Amino acid sequence: MRPFTYERATTPAEAAAAAAHTQGARFIAGGTNLLDLMKLQIETPPHLIDVNGLGLDNIEATEDGGLRIGALVSNTNLAADPRVRRDYGLLARALLAGASGQLRNKATTAGNLLQRTRCPYFYDTAQPCNKRQPGSGCAAIGGFTRQLGVIGTSDACIATHPSDMAVALRALDATVETVRADGATRSIPMADFHRLPGDTPHVETALETGELITSVVLPKPLGGRHIYRKVRDRASYAFALVSVGAVLQPDGTGRVALGGVAHKPWRGEAAESEMPRGANAVVGQLLAGARPTRENAFKITLVERTLASILVEAKG
Amino acid sequence: MKFDSAATTNPIDRLKVIGQPLDRIDGPLKTTGKAPYAYERHDIVADPAYGHVIGATIAKGRITAMDLSAAERAPGVLAVVTARNAGVLKKGNYNTAHLLGGPDIQHYHQAVALVVAESFEQARAAAHLVRIDYKAEPGRFDLHAAKGSATAPEPSDLTGPIDTHVGDFPRAFAQAAVRLDETYTTPDQSHAMMEPHATLASWEGDSLTVWTSNQMVAWSTGELATTLGIPPEKVRLISPYIGGGFGSKLFLRADVVLAALGARAAGRPVKVALQRPLIANNTTHRPATIQRVRLGAERDGTITAIGHESWSGDLEGGGPETAVGQTRLLYAGANRMTSMRLAVLDLPEGNAMRAPGEAPGLMALEIAMDEMAEKLGIDPVEFRIRNDTQVDPEHPERPFSARPFVQCLRLGAERFGWDRRNARPGQIRDGRWLIGLGMAAGFRNNLLAKSGARVRLDNLGVVTVETDMTDIGTGSYTIIAQTAAEMMGVPMEQVRVVLGDSSFPVSAGSGGQWGAASSTAGVYAACVKLREEVARKLSLNSADAEFVDGEVRVGNRSIRLQAAAAEGDLVAEDRMEYGDITEKMQQSTFAGHFVEVAVDSATGESRIRRMLAVCAAGRILNPKSARSQVIGAMTMGAGAALMEELAVDTRRGFFVNHDLVGYEVPVHADIPHQEVVFLDETDPMSTPLKAKGVGELGICGVGAAVANAIYNATGVRVRDYPITLDKHLDRLPDVA
Repeated sequence: MRPFTYERATTPAEAAAAAAHTQGARFIAGGTNLLDLMKLQIETPPHLIDVNGLGLDNIEATEDGGLRIGALVSNTNLAADPRVRRDYGLLARALLAGASGQLRNKATTAGNLLQRTRCPYFYDTAQPCNKRQPGSGCAAIGGFTRQLGVIGTSDACIATHPSDMAVALRALDATVETVRADGATRSIPMADFHRLPGDTPHVETALETGELITSVVLPKPLGGRHIYRKVRDRASYAFALVSVGAVLQPDGTGRVALGGVAHKPWRGEAAESEMPRGANAVVGQLLAGARPTRENAFKITLVERTLASILVEAKG
Repeated sequence: MKFDSAATTNPIDRLKVIGQPLDRIDGPLKTTGKAPYAYERHDIVADPAYGHVIGATIAKGRITAMDLSAAERAPGVLAVVTARNAGVLKKGNYNTAHLLGGPDIQHYHQAVALVVAESFEQARAAAHLVRIDYKAEPGRFDLHAAKGSATAPEPSDLTGPIDTHVGDFPRAFAQAAVRLDETYTTPDQSHAMMEPHATLASWEGDSLTVWTSNQMVAWSTGELATTLGIPPEKVRLISPYIGGGFGSKLFLRADVVLAALGARAAGRPVKVALQRPLIANNTTHRPATIQRVRLGAERDGTITAIGHESWSGDLEGGGPETAVGQTRLLYAGANRMTSMRLAVLDLPEGNAMRAPGEAPGLMALEIAMDEMAEKLGIDPVEFRIRNDTQVDPEHPERPFSARPFVQCLRLGAERFGWDRRNARPGQIRDGRWLIGLGMAAGFRNNLLAKSGARVRLDNLGVVTVETDMTDIGTGSYTIIAQTAAEMMGVPMEQVRVVLGDSSFPVSAGSGGQWGAASSTAGVYAACVKLREEVARKLSLNSADAEFVDGEVRVGNRSIRLQAAAAEGDLVAEDRMEYGDITEKMQQSTFAGHFVEVAVDSATGESRIRRMLAVCAAGRILNPKSARSQVIGAMTMGAGAALMEELAVDTRRGFFVNHDLVGYEVPVHADIPHQEVVFLDETDPMSTPLKAKGVGELGICGVGAAVANAIYNATGVRVRDYPITLDKHLDRLPDVA
């Protein structure tokens, strides 16, 4: 860990302004990912802005029947909220499939969105990694890739986004609300929030320098069956090989988003029109153009079989 | 004392204390966080400096330049130790690569420097300022690619014979009515113990004391002296509490050497814990194997030919994984062969991990037995029973000292409800889950090592046992106290046990499941001597004296035990040694492992539902701590079957998933109810306590039992461990 300076912000706008002021500054909330990365010097921020004092820890109803989730609501509290459990079961289930009780107590809504990849080559600072050190190359390509991405990858990076929560938010069409250094606010649809790696895998989200997430907004409830399946080698406390989040309606229509396959939660609205024709048709379109490695090609089959199993469960 | 004939009745047989399921005497210290582990010896050194280890970032090659200047100028830095400034270091006998590398690099994350600073954080930050340039050389990192170049390794005590032949295996196999010839693979595995390797080192003049975490105190004391080139009597090694070892701490490792060098360079005590991301590549691991098993049998299930070959790899000068050992002893069969071949690999060095040899060997052999039983149309339990042997199959004149193997299998089958297994695989469903039952034999030899102890009686009647024996979480403290309490006729509260100090009599140490039986035998020997001292002091005939309830009784005379120490402590020291008793008879431990799994028919995820082990390991000294050993080992076996694998980057030559995020071991959600049954057995050929080891038996066979259960669930045979979903996904039934 490199020495750093530290301040506590008292308002979101002040936090954003402070972040814009110091190059490389990072916000810190739960710290469940950032502190680990700092100890390994994968992240070396010269300045930390502690946002834990900003409030932003409430879940409120919105005027159009949805929910506004404060950026600092813990994963535990979000998963336990009665409205979330009743109307957004996919989100509660995805949250509870992730991490451990202790981590969920500390981890926040915004922090969960901003967690970084678990690619082992990203974590080993002796290995080239375009995400950690732009332009250094990618040791993962041609290496141990079983956990890594199969679609939307680039020649610079095949990492995945590790979040379960983000998969549910993508399926639910959530939006991310932010404040910028100049005090301006904006809403970013989840579809646009995380980026594909392209030539700049170190740029992971649409956030600008200093821009702070203040809340995540869920539109009004969709109804239907909410099913989240996280597939992994051990039964708990492991990142997904793949995860499939689905909201399925009685008329056979539905939505589906995937985790563990790409640099962002993976969803294709066009593929969802195939839902009445079954998993094979949906996944054929959803993962068209996939570029898996020999080691992770099984993920294509796994997604299809998992979705098929979800469709069976939804009928039952 | 020498043990060279069958044990007869002795004070242990009273079983007032021995054989009782007593709580661990060190339990309260551990559950309250007061047991002082090596990195937490605040009681010894108030203000130690901290070392941070730098590992090489190439697998093979040379350091071409090193710039320490920025690190040396960093805040709080006291010293930076490298091979260039550390003085002459020799290599110990037990490590293959140098513990401080440079300029030559022998494996990834080989230690190349230690940064010592006032605080841990300063040492860690400064370590990132050390600049090292390397020139990498090509290496050999792929066992499958190197298999063809493998040669017969040098035999040693650890390997046993490299090639064995009995009868005419090729002919018998060729002529067998039913044949099986399959190849199985097991991956490199990491011990993944909870406590990292950690050491606090302090010099006084030319004398060195290290507080560390080590399973074998005497070995490592000698190795440290050898490495540093100082006389062994100048080294004291103290290792009373160990947060898991599983073989990873059998030997001297870099933390000890670097802490000693750092303390010398900084001129004050230094402590070093290997950082978790270094452990997989810096320390030892269980080597991967490729194993070919050939079985030939008559149609009635009689094995006529049994052959087992194993290939593994290690650094130049290393040894093989002895995966064929159990196949020489487990089943009958007139025509037999085994062989081991070793390839040179430039991966980190391989060495012992819980049940080295048998654990991966049985993972292969016991799938093969399951496959053969199916070919023969015979139940897998019955097939094994049909091929039981009560003698060493290579030397029929040599019987087993005790071999209730068939009883383990029969009782296990009954307890588990084995008769409910459908011999046709892929038939049983529970909703979307495919259900299967599997079993395998467990087998591990009973190794004994000479072991000493010192026993002291004071005028309060307190018996203190001192031995350099270690407790790696196994329960050594407790069974040693039970042995002394039984022998001296005092309650457990009157016994103090002090372990893990090289100034104490040399013990067997903890490894190879030899610790429990060997160390208690040493304590027995010392107690026999102390009883004689007591009797002499009290002018009693020791042969007639009975030690019971804190008294010494002869006829109707009864004297308080502490009276013998009225004029001063009585001290006795002895060790147990063994004659040729183990050569005349084969001593082994046995188990039947039974497992029920559920496999998700859509995703292929395998989850264990029930586990049962029926074990025969002589007298069980403490059923509670023995059960803990077995369920822990079963858990490790489940990990081996389902998830544990060090992923090799065969281009760059290292284990990629080198932390506990990437190297998955079972969590609570993976492990269901585990049942353990110990046969009520004694083995008088083992030690006067008639006990044998059990800590490794529990893992032996578990992996194959899980694999066989998965096959029974799915009908898809996977011969490549771990059995992750990607290996059978394509062959599972359609989702409907």
